[in-house]
Amino acid sequence: MRYEVPVTAKEAASLLMKEKGKAFVLAGGTDLLVKMKAGVVAPDLIVDIKAIKGIKEIKKTATGFTIGAAVPCAALDENAALVKAWPGVVEAANLIGSKQVQGRCTMAGNLCNASPAADSVPALIAAGAKVVITSSKGSRKLAVEDVPAGVGRNNLKKGEFITAIELPKRAPKSGDAYLRFIPRTEMDIAVVSCAVNLTIDGKGIITKARVSLGAVAITALLVKEAAKAIIGTKLDDATKAKLADICSAACKPIDDKRGTVEFRTTVAGVLARRAAETAYTRAGGK
Amino acid sequence: MGVHVQTTINGDAVEFACGVDESLLDVLRNRVGLTGAKEGCGTGDCGACSVILDGRLVCSCLVLGAEMNGKSVETIEGMADGNVLHPLQQHFIDGAALQCGVCTPGFLMAAQALLRKNPDPTEEEIRFGLAGNLCRCTGYDKIVRAVQAAAKEMRG
Repeated sequence: MRYEVPVTAKEAASLLMKEKGKAFVLAGGTDLLVKMKAGVVAPDLIVDIKAIKGIKEIKKTATGFTIGAAVPCAALDENAALVKAWPGVVEAANLIGSKQVQGRCTMAGNLCNASPAADSVPALIAAGAKVVITSSKGSRKLAVEDVPAGVGRNNLKKGEFITAIELPKRAPKSGDAYLRFIPRTEMDIAVVSCAVNLTIDGKGIITKARVSLGAVAITALLVKEAAKAIIGTKLDDATKAKLADICSAACKPIDDKRGTVEFRTTVAGVLARRAAETAYTRAGGK
Repeated sequence: MGVHVQTTINGDAVEFACGVDESLLDVLRNRVGLTGAKEGCGTGDCGACSVILDGRLVCSCLVLGAEMNGKSVETIEGMADGNVLHPLQQHFIDGAALQCGVCTPGFLMAAQALLRKNPDPTEEEIRFGLAGNLCRCTGYDKIVRAVQAAAKEMRG
């Protein structure tokens, strides 16, 4: 096993591309090291991307925020502008593991690890976030919802890795929220989760929305019908009931010891309603 | 293949060579001789191996030793000031916040990181801040009270 610490994204991509054996990207390592220890993966090459310039920075740009792929989740809530613009994304990232895990784990890693229950993924999908993928040929962007390909699989090609996550510019009167159900109070994996992101006009009518569900299908879902149901409304009780029904109907969950199909399906609707209420309040709606 | 690393541990320059697959916890315990950090689970679930790496609380079992070049680590061994225990350590003893002691170094490092960020935490904030540390003896109440007492003393 070899360990490399490239200082440019191009160099990192080239190392990943040229490796004939199994190459893995190391950012926070909170999934990779556990898998190595369990014998699930046996890397021939580990490419530590943390020395790449700018990859540990959060930048406010003209088009929103650019969050470097190696920014630990613990750094997100220390950025006041980010918390103000995207409280739902930050609260989701700060539910991953423990404080110790948050000191290392990254949203890009959470996404690439491709667990259906990843906390930050529904929040990023609802936010309309994109990832910047770098390879030795250049870079491309992909919507977050298009990154996971299935349980533990993603759509990155050999030689590609994520260098940043881009959150769009915030329109006035916008809010987002993320909620998950876990049987414990902390340190657990979502049984069901939901993120809602919306914008309202001066009268409190929802003009834009995105709704995402986690842990109820092989990948986190973007539920377009749910967004359609709340756009043009003031999130009245009838709308919330409709939102809950649509979200429940979108679920294709597994039945396991952590939650039955029936439970996950029902709770998805409940969480959608509550997350929408919080997002609506955060947007300034009453 | 080995990796040569120059790092800082508790303010002292330290050099070591390690294998790529060795964790920071392995390096601390087996190569540097600092056995305060404990291996409970080895998968980041129990917090017994907690250290502060460049100002952030981490599980040393989930960090590679090879990553330590140019970094700065604080471990439990650097917590006391010579023979004078840190207020957290003293209050853990005074309040009987430990029994077998295996989890204690991890709890102390996590509490240290918590109080640096939030010198006056509520009980709930302490419980959330220490949720990544498991203790199978105390039932946590004495640990929470010891952290509250130390926080009060440290605020002066």
